[in-house]
Amino acid sequence: MSPLARAGRWVRGHLVLGLGVLVLAYMFVPIAVVVLMSFNDPGKSKNVYAFRGFTLHNWEHPCGPAGMCHAVGLSVSIGLLATLVATIIGSMAAFGLVRHEFSGRGLANTIIFLPMASPEIVMGSSLLALFVSTGFGGRLGFWTIFVAHVMFCLSFVIVTVRARLAGLDDNLEQAAMDLYADERQTFWRVTFPLALPGILGAALLSFSLSFDDFIITNLNAGQTTTFPMFVWGAAQRGVPMQVNVIGTVMFVIAIAIVLGGELNNRRRARALVG
Amino acid sequence: MAALTAPARAAEDSAKRVGGSRWTGYWLLAPGALWLGLFFVVPFYSLVSASLFDPNGSVLTGYKVNYHVGNFATAVKDYHPELLRSLWYAGLATLICLVIGYVLAYAIAFKAGRWRNLLLVLVIAPFFTSFLLRTLSWKLILADHGFVVSTLQHLHVLGHDGRLLNTWLAVVAGIVYNFLPFMVLPLYASLEKIDGRLVEAAGDLYASPFTAFFKVTWPLSLPGVVAGTLLTFIPAAGDYINAQLLGSPGERMVGNVIQSLFTSSQDYATAGALSLILMIIIIGMVLVYIRKVGTEDLV
Repeated sequence: MSPLARAGRWVRGHLVLGLGVLVLAYMFVPIAVVVLMSFNDPGKSKNVYAFRGFTLHNWEHPCGPAGMCHAVGLSVSIGLLATLVATIIGSMAAFGLVRHEFSGRGLANTIIFLPMASPEIVMGSSLLALFVSTGFGGRLGFWTIFVAHVMFCLSFVIVTVRARLAGLDDNLEQAAMDLYADERQTFWRVTFPLALPGILGAALLSFSLSFDDFIITNLNAGQTTTFPMFVWGAAQRGVPMQVNVIGTVMFVIAIAIVLGGELNNRRRARALVG
Repeated sequence: MAALTAPARAAEDSAKRVGGSRWTGYWLLAPGALWLGLFFVVPFYSLVSASLFDPNGSVLTGYKVNYHVGNFATAVKDYHPELLRSLWYAGLATLICLVIGYVLAYAIAFKAGRWRNLLLVLVIAPFFTSFLLRTLSWKLILADHGFVVSTLQHLHVLGHDGRLLNTWLAVVAGIVYNFLPFMVLPLYASLEKIDGRLVEAAGDLYASPFTAFFKVTWPLSLPGVVAGTLLTFIPAAGDYINAQLLGSPGERMVGNVIQSLFTSSQDYATAGALSLILMIIIIGMVLVYIRKVGTEDLV
């Protein structure tokens, strides 16, 4: 190959990578803005969509705006509870689908796929129609939000855990059985620990989905205000800068968990090899 | 999700030796199936009956199902501009997502080397800050006297008093931004499975890189393209956050209408009918699309 062709190939190869990095950068611009705005001092200006000056005030008084921290607390408790329930029953379903034989698999797969492929506005309005027609219309709040969140998290949990289980080498389980482990021991000592990273990933995904959901929640919340609903309400007048503090903190925590998990994996892989 | 299918199915076939009685599978699946049945499938029935409510009912006096099919006519007559606009915005945004998402997925799958996992984490990272806050950030980025608008005005791309915020461009850009990860992940999953030797073989047989791409890589990535476009188009068609925050009333989408009919005017009958119409249009488009592309391997 001539040097010229080689140079051309190098450029082409790195061109795609460069464009890809540009796309990633585009995905991060708004996040950078959220972080930046958490240090913004809007002063007396009504325009909260411009950076006016640097301040630590928002970080020192994160609960300044009335009702915001209450909304955050509510979102966290709904998120934790919905994640717990969705992760347990979703993981059970994933084990059932991958490890057991039964009829109706096609139907089950369709019902799992559909919630991920339905517009949220349709799911939200259907649930509202159900609640209203069964007499829960006046009791919309924490529990109706919880029910909705478990519902839309379930499919994502099942798909994530199933992918992990499907990628496992079942020779390991065979080996455990050959070594006279019974089914229960095989499951708890081999299968479950191997599936655990997938289950934890699914839990993290559930919590993010639940904490962030607006469209379905807004239809089924009644007078209850979650954090996204607080932001939405405030956006009509101009959001308080503290919402960006919450956004930044959430982002940092989630990234720390993901990167921590990744580092842990690498260390374990290295320990196994070395 | 096409991406997960092949290995999932292989494991389903091979791993049935482990596990107790033949009922265990049903027991494990029961709670999840029950939850989805009660709170996902049954509500569709409620939605259908809501769409047939007597339009004169209210939350206070209660609703009667009197098979008032006229709700559908009312919904179409009053709100067809929003319906069509939603499909148009969602379609355009999906196309843009496909182009830039493909570049990113391709770069991660074939060019990233040992950075692959890190880049994948970065793709999902935006999910970890609030959707609403990220959309509000675009409001700042595209603001009238902001950096982007002034630059574009200097370059005469935008007119002297041209703007981006509160235009359809901002709404479509917001949708592209918000749903891009849904495109990238399935694309990546199917690109990653492609055997690099096939592309090399095409090169050995004197295919130019372009021909190799269009005859080998692109067809093999089609399951990812189908999954990605569906996972982008469907939520985008029902979205109203971008239209509300980045657009003006002239960019209202069908989601805005359904949301305000349910919560502000409490016109459950029309809202139910409109919701159902949206769902039916989407299902119809998806079926035609899947038949055209020839992939039924979705779940």
